[in-house]
Amino acid sequence: MFDNIKILYHQGKQFIPNVKTVEVPGIFRGRPVISTLPVDEQAIKSVCPLGAIDTNPVRLNLGKCNFCGECALKFPDKIKFTKDYKLSSNTLEGLIVTEGEDKPITINESLIRPEIRKFFSGSLKLRQVSAAGDNSCELELNASGNVQFDMVRFGVEFVASPRHADGVVITGPISQNMAAALQITYDAIPEPKIIILAGVDAISGGIFANSPALDRSFIDRYKPDLYISGNPVHPLAVINGILGLLGK
Amino acid sequence: MNYNVAIRNNQSIPVKDIPEQSYHTFLESNIGLLKDRDDRHCVNYFGYGIGESVKLFCCIADDSMHLIYVSSCMINKGATLNSFAKHNFAFEKFEREINENFGIKYTDHPWFKPVRYAHNRIEKSKIMDNYPFYGVDSEELHEVGVGPVHAGIIEPGHFRFICNGEQIMHLEIQLGYQHRGVEQLFLQKKSLLERTILAESIVGDTTVGHTTAFANLWESLSDYQADKDLQFTRTLALELERIAIHTGDLSAMCTDIAYQLGSSVFGRLRTPIINYMQEWCGNRLAKSLIRVGKTNFPYTEYHAKRLNEVFVAYEPDFNEMITKLFKLPSALSRFERTGVVTHEEVKLIGTVGMAARMSGLNRDIRLSHPHNLYSTINHEPIIKNHGDVYSRAQIRKEEVKQSIGYVKALINDIPAFTSLSEPELKPRPEMFALSLVEGWRGEICHCAITNNKGELALYKIKDPSFHNWLALAQSVRNNEISDFPICNKSFNLSYCGHDL
Ligand code: SF4
Repeated sequence: MFDNIKILYHQGKQFIPNVKTVEVPGIFRGRPVISTLPVDEQAIKSVCPLGAIDTNPVRLNLGKCNFCGECALKFPDKIKFTKDYKLSSNTLEGLIVTEGEDKPITINESLIRPEIRKFFSGSLKLRQVSAAGDNSCELELNASGNVQFDMVRFGVEFVASPRHADGVVITGPISQNMAAALQITYDAIPEPKIIILAGVDAISGGIFANSPALDRSFIDRYKPDLYISGNPVHPLAVINGILGLLGK
Repeated sequence: MNYNVAIRNNQSIPVKDIPEQSYHTFLESNIGLLKDRDDRHCVNYFGYGIGESVKLFCCIADDSMHLIYVSSCMINKGATLNSFAKHNFAFEKFEREINENFGIKYTDHPWFKPVRYAHNRIEKSKIMDNYPFYGVDSEELHEVGVGPVHAGIIEPGHFRFICNGEQIMHLEIQLGYQHRGVEQLFLQKKSLLERTILAESIVGDTTVGHTTAFANLWESLSDYQADKDLQFTRTLALELERIAIHTGDLSAMCTDIAYQLGSSVFGRLRTPIINYMQEWCGNRLAKSLIRVGKTNFPYTEYHAKRLNEVFVAYEPDFNEMITKLFKLPSALSRFERTGVVTHEEVKLIGTVGMAARMSGLNRDIRLSHPHNLYSTINHEPIIKNHGDVYSRAQIRKEEVKQSIGYVKALINDIPAFTSLSEPELKPRPEMFALSLVEGWRGEICHCAITNNKGELALYKIKDPSFHNWLALAQSVRNNEISDFPICNKSFNLSYCGHDL
């Protein structure tokens, strides 16, 4: 009993008071900024192992980028990664960073289905499905609920049964072998429901994009409501993305 | 006559130097090597398709001699053979994989089942939905099916229990849901950076382990000797990964016995370690840290100072919580004698890493086949003997403390960081290379073969979970089904590492 109180006392306050403004430690690679400095555009494009960089103007697609940092290393005056962890949008275009523009990644309010905020802004229960995820995004989604990030304080929580859920959070590039189970899980969630893609593998397939072992037809059948970029997604990116969608 | 060639960890040899046997000799000599020798086990056994033939490669590690004996055998696709598994059960999974990939059949395989339903499997008629589960026809027993989608944020797999009331008689685990075609992608991707990113994505919670195996292997194939700064980076990162994940696992184990305080405290204690990874390389799971022939993140005195600060805060809290947990009768009654796998069973299954050391089987690559800086660390594996949840918790507790000791010693002697640009690396043609790394789960084995142009012709990955899943299935027999979650968490095996 006294041990427990002592342990609790030693923990102090662990939760992050403001998840929207807190600064992450170290050299986190978050939202990149691209300068207007002229560079060999073909060279910068070919640096990226995931085809995330396009040219004329130079653009970086956070739906494909796995944040390896190679482009910023080779072209340090052209591309810089900031520590901005707000990396979510409800459109794929919203994840594209263009040269000369230093502005936050945002959610296009006019495209949010009206029922989402009407039904879920007070409480959102999510069912997670790992569809060939490598357990890094899964680890970070778990971390979103720990005592530090404490996503539950916003009424957002992961639940065990799809019957209790208001939506699905998909990680991984979606393997053929998992495609049916994903569909069944999604079908088991009552309407209205949302789809969130967490991490570059889920958004575009990432490094697995061209693998013949995938079946990404689920993404063609349904329009995701939120894309959270990262490799893996940072818990603060997850929380801010979901709060943005809910207008909280 | 030489039945095999002996190599060291991370050594490359010309493929032609690997003796080729008739299948009969191949089987007899390899089974003979393993007979009554606990210090030897098979680290990889796989097929390499060449036209209508398959060349089998068998790699037996000898922990006492610090050698790996490699032998080979050419057979026809679709051949029917006598199995190794009949004589040494640890081969059962390897042979199932060879069957799945090449259609080789076995006359006397004891447990002939699909492995992962790879997209390039021979028999496309075998699908996830018609997995041949073991069944018992009895009015007394019932079956419980769980998954692939589980309660919680966890990877998919299907668990089929046969129970007598609450008691589990048998568990069969069907995997394959996570199959992404990783080994094939290693051949398809042509740039080194693409392959490195692929290695980082094999198992996201073991980014350092698998990427180190890949980097060590690639440097060996290219006859490149990595400098001390890279050896330092990999060794340090491996130990930090171990500390972080073990801490998180202790949290998960507390969750599954409904011990809220332990769950919260260990859960939050993982954060400073993975945040430290981010301070070092910009990513909490160390993606981007390990690169072949270079590093983008030189380690400095500042980094060492910060790490010492992290430990000053971490250690008292960890020690206080772990002491409490191991004194708590309600926790101990759930840990002790739950999910037992005996010494004989782990030997039979061929488990590695923690899942071997929990039952008195000394398997730790850091000691037996040291890589990177482990030859300079006087590593003493932590061995327990009960093979229960308690043993697995104890190993985590003691390994966290041991790793902190290693890390502190390492950062006392930071080498000069000079490997900051990528060297010209070209794998040599027609070579075979093997790389073993002790990840936090256990032994990771990567093998590669190059063709006559020096291009990658084969890439084989064995995650520690490949064998250890069967130990989990064994551990729950005669336990109550309500103890399955704690058994599962106490192993914390990888689905994607198995399914590839
Ligand atoms: S950081 Fe992103 S955009 Fe840059 S090279 Fe890596 S994957 Fe490509």
